[in-house]
Amino acid sequence: MRNRTEHAPEPKATQVVWTPYILVLPAFAYLALFILYPMAQAIRLSLTDPQTGGWTAAHFLRLTQDPYFWPAVRYTLLITAIAIPLQLALALAIALLVHTRFPGHGVFLYLCALPLGLSDLAAGLIWLSIFTERGYLNAALQALGLIRSPVSFLSYEHPHWLLGAIVLTEVWRATAIVMVILVAGLQLIPRDYVETAQVFGARPWQTLWHVLLPLLRPSLQTALIVRTILAFQLFATVVVLAGRLIPVLAGEAYFWYALYRSPNVASAYAVLILLLSGAVTWVYLRTLRTPVEAQA
Amino acid sequence: MAEIVLRNLRKTFGKVVAIRDLSLDVADGEFLVLLGPSGCGKTTTLRAIAGLEVLDRGTIRIGGRDVTRLPPGKRGIAMVFQSYAVFPHMRVYDNIVFGLRMRGIPLAEQRRRALAAAELLQITDVLDRYPAQLSGGQRQRVAVARAIVMEPDVLLMDEPLSNLDALLRLHMRAELKRLHREVGSTTVYVTHDQVEAMSLGDRIAVMRDGEIVQCDTPQRIYDDPANVFVGSFIGSPPMNFLRGVLDGAGGIRLGDTVLPVPVAYQPALGAQRDPEVLVGIPPEHIVVGAGPLVAEVVVSEPLGPSKLLTLRTHGQLLKVTVRADHPAAPGDVVHMDFPPAHVRLMDPKTERALPRTGP
Amino acid sequence: MTARRLGLYAASTVIAAWVLLPLALIALAALTPREELYRWPRPLWPDRFTAEGMLFFVHQARVLRALWNSVLVAGLTIALALGLAAPAAYALVRYRFRGREALQLGILATKMFPATVLSVPLAVVLIRLNLYDTLFGVALVHTSLSIPFVTLIVASVFAGVPYELEEAALTLGCSRLQAFLRITLPIALPGLAAAATFTFILSWNEVFAATILTLDNRTLPALLIHSVLSEGAPLYFRYAGGLFLVLPAVVILLLIRRYLLTLWGVTVR
Repeated sequence: MRNRTEHAPEPKATQVVWTPYILVLPAFAYLALFILYPMAQAIRLSLTDPQTGGWTAAHFLRLTQDPYFWPAVRYTLLITAIAIPLQLALALAIALLVHTRFPGHGVFLYLCALPLGLSDLAAGLIWLSIFTERGYLNAALQALGLIRSPVSFLSYEHPHWLLGAIVLTEVWRATAIVMVILVAGLQLIPRDYVETAQVFGARPWQTLWHVLLPLLRPSLQTALIVRTILAFQLFATVVVLAGRLIPVLAGEAYFWYALYRSPNVASAYAVLILLLSGAVTWVYLRTLRTPVEAQA
Repeated sequence: MAEIVLRNLRKTFGKVVAIRDLSLDVADGEFLVLLGPSGCGKTTTLRAIAGLEVLDRGTIRIGGRDVTRLPPGKRGIAMVFQSYAVFPHMRVYDNIVFGLRMRGIPLAEQRRRALAAAELLQITDVLDRYPAQLSGGQRQRVAVARAIVMEPDVLLMDEPLSNLDALLRLHMRAELKRLHREVGSTTVYVTHDQVEAMSLGDRIAVMRDGEIVQCDTPQRIYDDPANVFVGSFIGSPPMNFLRGVLDGAGGIRLGDTVLPVPVAYQPALGAQRDPEVLVGIPPEHIVVGAGPLVAEVVVSEPLGPSKLLTLRTHGQLLKVTVRADHPAAPGDVVHMDFPPAHVRLMDPKTERALPRTGP
Repeated sequence: MTARRLGLYAASTVIAAWVLLPLALIALAALTPREELYRWPRPLWPDRFTAEGMLFFVHQARVLRALWNSVLVAGLTIALALGLAAPAAYALVRYRFRGREALQLGILATKMFPATVLSVPLAVVLIRLNLYDTLFGVALVHTSLSIPFVTLIVASVFAGVPYELEEAALTLGCSRLQAFLRITLPIALPGLAAAATFTFILSWNEVFAATILTLDNRTLPALLIHSVLSEGAPLYFRYAGGLFLVLPAVVILLLIRRYLLTLWGVTVR
């Protein structure tokens, strides 16, 4: 039977109730002002000549000719491509662990969710204390007798280790984001499905692969989209750990605005990030789409 | 005076017609029950009277005032919800006086009414507690108290007993009846439980698909259901209906047995063209042991004070209530008779009762 | 204890340790005497715990100011975000109106617009409006970033308050507004508090927009980035700053963990 008491009385067919529209208007107008308008502005800025006001591709040209550009694109994509599969695996492991509801799983969940409250800046500073020359990693290695003098993990001499440090920090911080979405998704899967599989003799790995993962697809999709978009915005972690040694797109946007004083080129970077995010979202939506018939 | 006059109410939800041209009069001080299965529109009607649903068409008058356009707070009504809707963040006492406070009633008067209501509903000792600390039955009584302190013209109740366990429900039914005798407000009560309806109502309005099918005293509804639907709804177990054929010679043929047409129906059947007829007979009035009809016992259910038999005759099933120590067992073949005074004939096509003359 | 149970405990302990250890380390680093931070061999455990690094950090020029700015911006953001999102959330939950689904989707979609994309054009706009380098300007941006989350949280909180309670209030003489203020709001208060604290964390942590939109009136993250990039901040400075960033978040998360998980649809039983 219809749950009629959830909503305010429905008006007559001919009447329009204005109240909801009035209530929603401030938030809607605000978001339009602060999201749609700047986005349009960003596109405009990136394509407009500041002197003449006419359309120009000069900024994008400038962008591609900058020596930092291709490294920034490469590193942004690289960090994302390495970190995300790792996070996915780890987040899935944590989510499955939580799902078994072992005694203490509540505390475990809370602890693993702690990084949700950290910015990429805080994470960068935290792992700085570990990776820096006089940091805890070197201290531990020295205490174990593995090294005599400190290893500089974060210098230009070892770009791979620098990248590794950044990836590690990202994995450490942002796994929680993916994890929380997956835990929620797992909870939505009725126990019946798993139990049915078990009754039919499926072993844990089979249950995971054939039952849980397919049913988790929508959550995986959401998690991947959210996480990847965030990954393209990576800024503070890189700045703290590597300065400009490892250029990234968001960092370049900042430098072009604050250092080189060109809001136009900075906007071009912003538009690029936007396009990348949109493209990736589209790819995820297509490849991870669950056919309507197969949905629960 | 707090009589209610509903005229031509209509309410749709999108394409679904919840109330279909409903008109009803409720006398001052009357306890009227809206009875019917899920989706029949009884709750919608109640909420429309309360002002919680906006009607497509129709007028509602309470105590002579047209309240159709008034908000719930200004109609002189008070309502008890199915889920009680007791405010969890207030103590019981504050819950009870909430409406009085909204109305600006002075504190002393608030206190007087609250204590009187609490006394009436026997919740005086939990006035200081929070609803979460109360049992379901206690919360229900708080909801009722909160409504009656308003001294409303009309008291509306939406299945208030349905969330209680059977024993408590029985107890509260008697309490509500006592309450109505003492307080005396016009009450409209919604339920799907026909036992409740029979027990509590001065009159019952049986509803189906957004319309009132029959509105009468419980006894008359029970004795003379207006159609097959009402007959199949009232009574536990409800009336049996068997398919029969008029033989044109003052008899009804059921299978290969012929029963005489009851005297009261004879004038009506003169005008009847269609020979097919539905024979209605309540389970407790079927005589088992002797009679022209033959049936086989299929199921025997001991119910404590009585026994419920399911019999099959000529391919049709019917239920019969007999005394607890009746010897009939499954597989037995028994004879039975339908006393003409209790037979009710219905038209199989319209499903409506055929006119009867006399008692 | 079965092997399986043992395996579960082992795995979860390892993972929990991996999450907690760095947090412990930053606290350790911030509370280590400054000279020790540069010593080699570097001891894992400091000779003595001291707050002098933290105090020195706080007494640096503009740090106290930056801390205060962060608090102010967060406070402004909470007020603005709740003020805008709460009515919208109420409308989304209690009313059926045309465009409701589209609006919900639209609000969620704005989560996809990162601060990095919006900050640069917003900087240009704010300059024109004379709001550049003001805390209010930063709060405006933070508000737009947090509205999607706040709307979601507040909507689920309001949805948790049965509409029948409001209806009961209506029958007892309340107007819709009174019913909201006297019934829905008090019951929803804990949830609203959770939404507020979530907004606090979001604003406290926000880096990019704050860095771009401020010069003198920096928030803590903006100050730290600026220090790292242009002033070559010494280690103790970075560690102390890191701890200041981390500590409120950890504490707050402890307080609102139930609601935080509810945000993503998780229930901890």
